[in-house]
Amino acid sequence: MVYQMEIAAPRVAKKAMPGQFVILRINENGERIPLTIADYNAQAETITLIFQEIGKTTRQLASLAVGGSIADVVGPLGNPSTIEKFGTVVCVGGGVGIAPIFPIARALKSAGNRVISIIGARSAGVLFWEDRMNEASSELHITTDDGTKGHHGFVTDVVQNLLERDGRDKRDELGEHDWLDEPEEREARGGHNGQIDRVIAIGPPVMMRAVAGVTKPFGVKTVVSLNPIMVDGTGMCGACRVLVGGVTKFACVDGPEFDAHEVDFTLLMSRLAMYLPEEKVALDCNAEAELAAGSQ
Amino acid sequence: MITESKSKIRREMAKQLPSERRSNFDEVALGYSEEEAVAEAKRCLDCKKPLCVEGCPVEVDIPLFIRQIADRNFDAAAHTLKSTNSLPAICGRVCPQETQCEAVCVLGKKKDGDPIAIGGLERFAADYEMKKGVTIPDVPEKTGRSIAVVGAGPAGLTAAAELAKMGHAVTIFESLHSAGGVLVYGIPEFRLPKAIVAAEVDFIRKLGADISLNSVIGKIDTVDELLDEYDAVFLGTGAGLPSFLGIDGENLNGVYSANEFLTRVNLMKAYLFPEFDTPIKKGSRVIVVGGGNVAMDAARCALRLGAEEVTIVYRRGEDELPARAEEVVNAKEEGVRFKLLTNPIRILGDENNWVTGMECINMELCEPDESGRCRPVALSGTEHNIPADIAIIAIGTSPNPLVPMTTPGLKTARYGTIVADETGATSKPGVFAGGDIVTGSATVISAMGAGKVAARAIDEYLGRVR
Repeated sequence: MVYQMEIAAPRVAKKAMPGQFVILRINENGERIPLTIADYNAQAETITLIFQEIGKTTRQLASLAVGGSIADVVGPLGNPSTIEKFGTVVCVGGGVGIAPIFPIARALKSAGNRVISIIGARSAGVLFWEDRMNEASSELHITTDDGTKGHHGFVTDVVQNLLERDGRDKRDELGEHDWLDEPEEREARGGHNGQIDRVIAIGPPVMMRAVAGVTKPFGVKTVVSLNPIMVDGTGMCGACRVLVGGVTKFACVDGPEFDAHEVDFTLLMSRLAMYLPEEKVALDCNAEAELAAGSQ
Repeated sequence: MITESKSKIRREMAKQLPSERRSNFDEVALGYSEEEAVAEAKRCLDCKKPLCVEGCPVEVDIPLFIRQIADRNFDAAAHTLKSTNSLPAICGRVCPQETQCEAVCVLGKKKDGDPIAIGGLERFAADYEMKKGVTIPDVPEKTGRSIAVVGAGPAGLTAAAELAKMGHAVTIFESLHSAGGVLVYGIPEFRLPKAIVAAEVDFIRKLGADISLNSVIGKIDTVDELLDEYDAVFLGTGAGLPSFLGIDGENLNGVYSANEFLTRVNLMKAYLFPEFDTPIKKGSRVIVVGGGNVAMDAARCALRLGAEEVTIVYRRGEDELPARAEEVVNAKEEGVRFKLLTNPIRILGDENNWVTGMECINMELCEPDESGRCRPVALSGTEHNIPADIAIIAIGTSPNPLVPMTTPGLKTARYGTIVADETGATSKPGVFAGGDIVTGSATVISAMGAGKVAARAIDEYLGRVR
């Protein structure tokens, strides 16, 4: 299940920028978990978080009632997304990644970009914010893995189509006939194949890796937002180290956005799986506690 | 005149037995009883020119508080301590007295003589007061001036306490969810119980300082924004960035920075998982790289988590270990193994990206260079593997760049430290700094000393700009 939560956090709401995240702790025994800020409202003094119920903390978060509270929220952390007038930008959001891509798409559109967005989910039932994304984009594509809505398949299919269409348009314009350009020709035209100037993709690491794989042959600058395990979120612990272009970076202070074509996704995924056995223990203990509480 | 003969031998503080303590996180040193404290205090020569005071970065009137303990006037002793040192229960536990106040004690200069146990007595008096209930000194009338203190570590807490005692309004901004900095995330429970830190932080709150937790300066507010709201700013943001070796395999699963390992264990209480939610990999064979106090802390935590074998790998020799001698002894007693004159070359891993060991090489110390330090040189052909499932890198930290990066006009030096004069004044008017962010990583007490000096300079600055 995917949940949306508004948290009263006046100071964070005032300073938050697209692409930044918060770290929260649900109670005194809780873990510090990073969540990307999906939206913020300085007037209402709130931030919006979207999360999927996967571990103990997200399960506890999901069980909070309206008006409930959590122990700590710290942020905004990480570097804001680079918002400039790039031209045409493709924004890809997969699963809960739709949430963080939304403020970026919105900011890119207000900066004068043509924003083509692609949002994808397993199934229509877990797809969200179609309306918001529609508003934040010049063109919106939807994909579902099971075909219950939009394109039956993955976000990468649409990215591929867009890049090919884009390349064809551009070549028609230039009167060229070759299907795929030679790298040096691409270079001569400013490093990319056509009119798509930038791709930004946020979602599960497999999806981000796949998007990076699709865009690379086209030479289009592609940015991903990484979500490794973090503890403090201020550069102090190094739990979130990622390998980018062969150099170790801390996602919390150097990122979270990085050049997709330079990221070592295999390492990212393996580090994300580090505590899976412990996460299961925590969940099982929590289930027992819930059961005990329920039987009283 | 009758002179009482003074014992040359120090009363050692009782400790938990190594065999017991290596499997719990309770405090190792148990503290003096009243009788023990009085007896130890009576050894003090009450020197006319007390060298010990000169050896103390926060200027504690050592002979006075020791005399008060000898006279069984424990409240007065605590009061004496608190008048110049806001964190005596912490200093009594973690200060390297053996290189400061105790190093210059006349008793220790005599043949076979032990210096008086200043640290132990400081702890005794502070704990006595804490148990009884701390009295809050009268704070002078409010001056109407306000100071933002960035970082609730030793430097920030001390600066805040001193400024509050002068009647200034103080707000401390702390990035974590708990105040104390390295005292809560770094130093383990068995060396410094978190309840002690909480009590001393509470004392500073009661002096009138406000603590704003979860507030990362540089993100939520910049220093310039703080200057709009406050009359001065003190930066005590510490040296929080972990250094890595830069060798192959450092991003394998099971490799921790000491900061991460200790933060999980101490701040997040991962040793109580799953009662507390933060997990940690306990490991059965743990290698800790480094020879400082942080390396000792990490090694001893790993033992207490249940590791069968914990090995310190350090590239220099025993005499060069930067850790306090007491901590090295404690670690050895508990069964931590030391592989000295050994340097890691790469960390080995399996096909699932998990640590399996460390390839190391033997080192030899060559003649001291101009700096006086022996440079270790690798002995080729001595490469060997040490099996391990956890590797902890404890080779130091560097200054946190968040504040310098977001503060135009703030001069920094090589390695990212903030440039400040001896009073803590930085290149930016109204902005002062002290502790590890100025010196690079050093001790709790030197950071406290810097906080204290800067507080005076801030007070003077506020008088000037009034």
